[in-house]
Amino acid sequence: MEHYNMNLTLKVWRQRNSKEKGRFETYKVENISSEMSFLEMFDVLNEKLITEDKEPIAFDHDCREGICGACSMYINGKPHGPWKANTVCQLHMRAFNDGDTIVVEPWRAKAFPVIKDLVVDRSAFDRIIQAGGFISVNTGNAVDANAIPVDKESADKSFAAAACIGCGACVAACKNSSAMLFVSAKVAHLSLLPQGSPERKTRVVAMINQMDKEGFGACTNTNACEAACPKEILVTNIGRLNHEYMTATFTADK
Amino acid sequence: MTWKQVFTSSIGQKITMALTGISLILFLVVHVSVNACIWFNDGGQIFNGAANFLGENAVPRILEVGLFLFLILHIVQGLVLEAQNRSRRGVGYAIDYGNRGSTWYSRSMGLLGTLLLLFLIIHLIDFWIPSRFGVMPETTLADGKQVHNLYSLMQIRFQQGWIVIIYVLGCISLLYHLLHGFYSAFKTAGVYNKRYLILIRWAGYLFSIIVSLGFAMMPVSFYFGWVK
Ligand code: HEM
Ligand code: SF4
Ligand code: FES
Repeated sequence: MEHYNMNLTLKVWRQRNSKEKGRFETYKVENISSEMSFLEMFDVLNEKLITEDKEPIAFDHDCREGICGACSMYINGKPHGPWKANTVCQLHMRAFNDGDTIVVEPWRAKAFPVIKDLVVDRSAFDRIIQAGGFISVNTGNAVDANAIPVDKESADKSFAAAACIGCGACVAACKNSSAMLFVSAKVAHLSLLPQGSPERKTRVVAMINQMDKEGFGACTNTNACEAACPKEILVTNIGRLNHEYMTATFTADK
Repeated sequence: MTWKQVFTSSIGQKITMALTGISLILFLVVHVSVNACIWFNDGGQIFNGAANFLGENAVPRILEVGLFLFLILHIVQGLVLEAQNRSRRGVGYAIDYGNRGSTWYSRSMGLLGTLLLLFLIIHLIDFWIPSRFGVMPETTLADGKQVHNLYSLMQIRFQQGWIVIIYVLGCISLLYHLLHGFYSAFKTAGVYNKRYLILIRWAGYLFSIIVSLGFAMMPVSFYFGWVK
């Protein structure tokens, strides 16, 4: 792929804290290499802002290799930007052309309040996991990995669901700000395995209760989440989650 | 986990939508089949007979009460869900994700449902209220039985172009409501097997098109005098 440099106009959401109202600010960036990542382009802009004695733009990031789920920008109307199955940190500037205007917004959901600029508080996801996204095992010697047989198909499906990095793009993409794709990935990941089966009923109920408490919307099966998910988590997991929830609640003793 | 907790959770509310939605779909099968009898083009003999059979027997009358309860539940729960879901965003996006991730009609179920509700009110005033509570033209079936002449009522109503247009618009709302609703209901009800989901998708497309087109062709057929 041919290398080129570009000049861009950025419209970025600036917001001092969760209390104050935010607004868009326009910035020009020059000589951006097509080989840079989107976050590196922001680094260049922030260096410039700092030398001009201005407040740099706050954005979330950690691994910068598409595995931690920290980076979160809604770029030109799509979570994680224009590429399919991709995170912002892995979005490269060759996705854009010289002279483009790029609009960057934070995830928008009441359950994900803005902390500053493009950084939102996603601890609601942590609390959903704490409610039931685990298995209870006694400590002691590690059990032999092959002691419990798992069929290949379930293992593969579970693994595919476990690929969820908890980025929240599904919530950002959904018109209902629903977290169902995230929760379905976690529930499917564990309920497909024998290790996750003992707690499957209490888990799904506890996680959905917490999800509702955090103020996420209900799922209307539009499938917008699947199209935005960097890890291609399938919406069939949501069907599985609904099934798990119904089985758990309809067969509960009291 | 009380039943109240189950049916007021986000998934529980969707289960209500799915169960009532599927019941309404079953009702549509009966409704479109009975009405299709107008195309026997026999001056409404078979159609009036079939409609009268449903109006006179205990089982369909009891089911009718259930149908109304489910319809009201569907509407109230649907509007509540729509309002709740809309309140979850807070500050809106400057640029919409739009049709890149989903179809417009899957995101417009509340709007399509509201259009359907408006149409239903007109439709019930047109046919259901006169046939249940009002004065109706009567007709005699081949076996000598006196029945309401719903057929002639259709003939009269569908002489007017603007009524035909309202009915066709109602059917278009139904088409798009079902294009998403049919598939969505089964997924909500916990179907996750890909093999069935594909089947349900296509069955949904086929069902929505056949039923909506069938209903829409009825006023059109009367208007253009294809059935007499
Ligand atoms: C004959 C009439 C109707 C039929 C056959 C029908 C069918 C359905 C079905 C199958 C669903 C999908 C349920 C799910 O996603 O689990 C649905 C959803 C919905 N319907 Fe209806 N419906 C009808 C009338 C109405 C009316 C009159 C309203 C009025 C407000 C309405 C509002 C809604 C709403 C808001 C949803 C939720 C959308 C979603 O969750 O995806 N529907 N309907
Ligand atoms: S399901 Fe996909 S979009 Fe949602 S949090 Fe997990 S990785 Fe991100
Ligand atoms: S910074 Fe870790 S996924 Fe983007």
